[in-house]
Amino acid sequence: MVYIDTTKENDITTLKITGEVDASSSIQLDESLGAVVRQGDPKILIDCSGLNYISSAGLGVFMSYIDDIKTSNIKMTFFGLSEKVRSVFDILGLDQLLNIVTTKKEALSAINEA
Amino acid sequence: MSFTDLTILFGQENDINTGFEKYIPNIFFIIYSIALFVFYNMRIESAQSGNFIDLLWKIFVTGLLTTVVSLVLKSLDLLMGNTSLIQNPLMIDFLYHIHLGLLVAFLVSTFVVWKRLVLYQKSKLLLRIWRFFEYLLLISLIGNLFSSDIIEYILYPLVIIAVFLSANMKWVAYLNFMQKWKSILLLVLTLLYLVYFYINIEEMQSNYNYLDVALDSVFITSLFIFTAIYAAFSLLVILFNLPTSSVFEQKLEEVVNFQRLSQSIQTEQSANQVYEILLESSVRAAKADAAWIEATIDGKELVFRHNIGRGTILNIKQFIEAERDNNLFDFNNIDKRIKPGKHLKKLKGIDFNSIVAFPIMISEERIGILVLLKELKEGFNSELVNITQTFVNQAGISIEGFKLMSEAIENERYKEELNIAKNVQSRLLPKILDANADFDITAFSEAADEVGGDYYDSFKINDHKIALIIGDVSGKGTSAAFHMSQMKGVFHALAQLDLPPEEFLIKANKAINTSLDKTSFVTISYFVLDRAEKMVKFARAGHCPTLYFDKEKNRASYFTNKGLGLGIVRNDSFAKYVQPRAFSYLPGDILVLYTDGITEAKNFKGDELGYDHLAKIINENAGLEAADLQKKIIAELYEFCGQTDLDDDYTTVIVKFK
Repeated sequence: MVYIDTTKENDITTLKITGEVDASSSIQLDESLGAVVRQGDPKILIDCSGLNYISSAGLGVFMSYIDDIKTSNIKMTFFGLSEKVRSVFDILGLDQLLNIVTTKKEALSAINEA
Repeated sequence: MSFTDLTILFGQENDINTGFEKYIPNIFFIIYSIALFVFYNMRIESAQSGNFIDLLWKIFVTGLLTTVVSLVLKSLDLLMGNTSLIQNPLMIDFLYHIHLGLLVAFLVSTFVVWKRLVLYQKSKLLLRIWRFFEYLLLISLIGNLFSSDIIEYILYPLVIIAVFLSANMKWVAYLNFMQKWKSILLLVLTLLYLVYFYINIEEMQSNYNYLDVALDSVFITSLFIFTAIYAAFSLLVILFNLPTSSVFEQKLEEVVNFQRLSQSIQTEQSANQVYEILLESSVRAAKADAAWIEATIDGKELVFRHNIGRGTILNIKQFIEAERDNNLFDFNNIDKRIKPGKHLKKLKGIDFNSIVAFPIMISEERIGILVLLKELKEGFNSELVNITQTFVNQAGISIEGFKLMSEAIENERYKEELNIAKNVQSRLLPKILDANADFDITAFSEAADEVGGDYYDSFKINDHKIALIIGDVSGKGTSAAFHMSQMKGVFHALAQLDLPPEEFLIKANKAINTSLDKTSFVTISYFVLDRAEKMVKFARAGHCPTLYFDKEKNRASYFTNKGLGLGIVRNDSFAKYVQPRAFSYLPGDILVLYTDGITEAKNFKGDELGYDHLAKIINENAGLEAADLQKKIIAELYEFCGQTDLDDDYTTVIVKFK
């Protein structure tokens, strides 16, 4: 089960993911993220502090928006990943494609620079 | 019968020859009566329990036989007239006793049949009272020996019990109209026999006053009274039940129809047949003059008609459509509540005056409608509507049963297909991997579903190089299995090109990109084991870090080279994410390949097995041969998970150098 909370503050949209993202709940993640990306929100923060587990299907969702984000000039930053979740991103190599930082503060400064 | 007749004769002859011994004929009479009882009991016992007419028929036959014999004797008596032989008191006594014997035979046979009828659907109490009745009769029979006055008093309780027992005639309710008439006829005949015997014996007794007064015997009297009362009671009850028997028969028919509807599921009849049974049953139950069912079967609109033409149906429907506001029901909007007995009198040219409709429902969804018509006005009372509603409900259940059944069959077929897929896929994973004198290799793979996305394989590039691959497709199940088989194709096509590992990954990424959907990716590690150089070259594409046990350091550790899963970046930039590595091997070193199903396996607490645990297993068992080490890993994995099901595919490939 996963809960995704989308909040918008100024020009920054935050997606807070709580719970586990597996094959079935990845559909929910896809819908939420897709809605935000299609709206063209220029700055997206992904709050993973409540994310306990992510399966390959969940990673596939993030992966599928990499191109869209690049072409739409969207800045997307992940923060608050647990060590376990972080290692899943790293092993697949997504850390080389996505902007992943530790704290929200770092995330905000990363997303606001330039 | 011949047996009983012989007994009679024997009894009577003894009576004549030993006239002075009063109790001897009595003993014979007792034995005779008991023998008759046992004989008839056995005969009736074997009769079918529910066939009451058969039982009554048996009485009729016995009665006919006994009366005919009795009449023949009487006519002989008349023919011989006043000859001295006939006037002989001994002869008269003999004849009298034969008549008596015949009467007792008839009474006992009737008694046994009555017993069956009285005790039909018996209660414990009734059975006790019957036993008591039988014992009293036995006492009265044996009491004949003593001709005491006390015995006379038994008659009163016997008659009272006989009347009480005669009130038990549940069997009558189970007779249909025809059977009731037959029963009446047979009962009247039984009563006639009784009257005949009574008159006959009474006459003999009054003519020859020196005879034993048999009708004073408590046994015969009570038996006679009981058989007569029961016959008379039954006759009256059946007579009074005649007018209501059609109702009972209708109820029975309803039950039978109900059963037909419910059984139609098991007998693999089609939905069509269920509708036909429903139409027929409803018409009969509601006594409708005409009816039709409209139903949708497999998307097709079907109409089942009874006694009504398509034109009339159309007329009625158009009429109802037009009159919708005039508080006639709306066919398309009819809910579960029924509005019975609406009139069609305004509709000219149609004989029907009442109409009632029932929606046929499957779990809140309307799948059809049953419409019943009658020529009578207000022809459908709530009783008829209720029973029809029950039929309609049952038909709905039956049809739902079909649906579920065909779904189950469909599922079974899918399962079968999946099993085939499983077999096909298991052949895609090699049982024996290529090896050379430098190492042993062994593999193990298990899918969480029938088919999975884990992949391993080997390819002999030349006499000193062997290519080895382990891979994991994102997701599980069928889609993963398809991508896995594509990966096998890519591997076998590219491995023969003898590419360096990084080149292999770049080409594999290009090759598999086109067939992966946007959210799917494949992680692989590709190894080239070179015996000539005693070296392994490898590269990782997003797959779990390779575990390597170094004999010299006596420690297992994970390679930390970077990599990116296949299908994530679908352009030439993929190349920059690949970091090839190489190492030399020595005997005793172990290369452990695995998929994340192993490191991410969870126990009941939700904890994962993890990388450290896997490394620990290798460190502690590095001395084992490849196959044993693999068994150890799997055993440790199962122990860690305990009762928790593994919900991901898991694979290991162990290479042990020597």
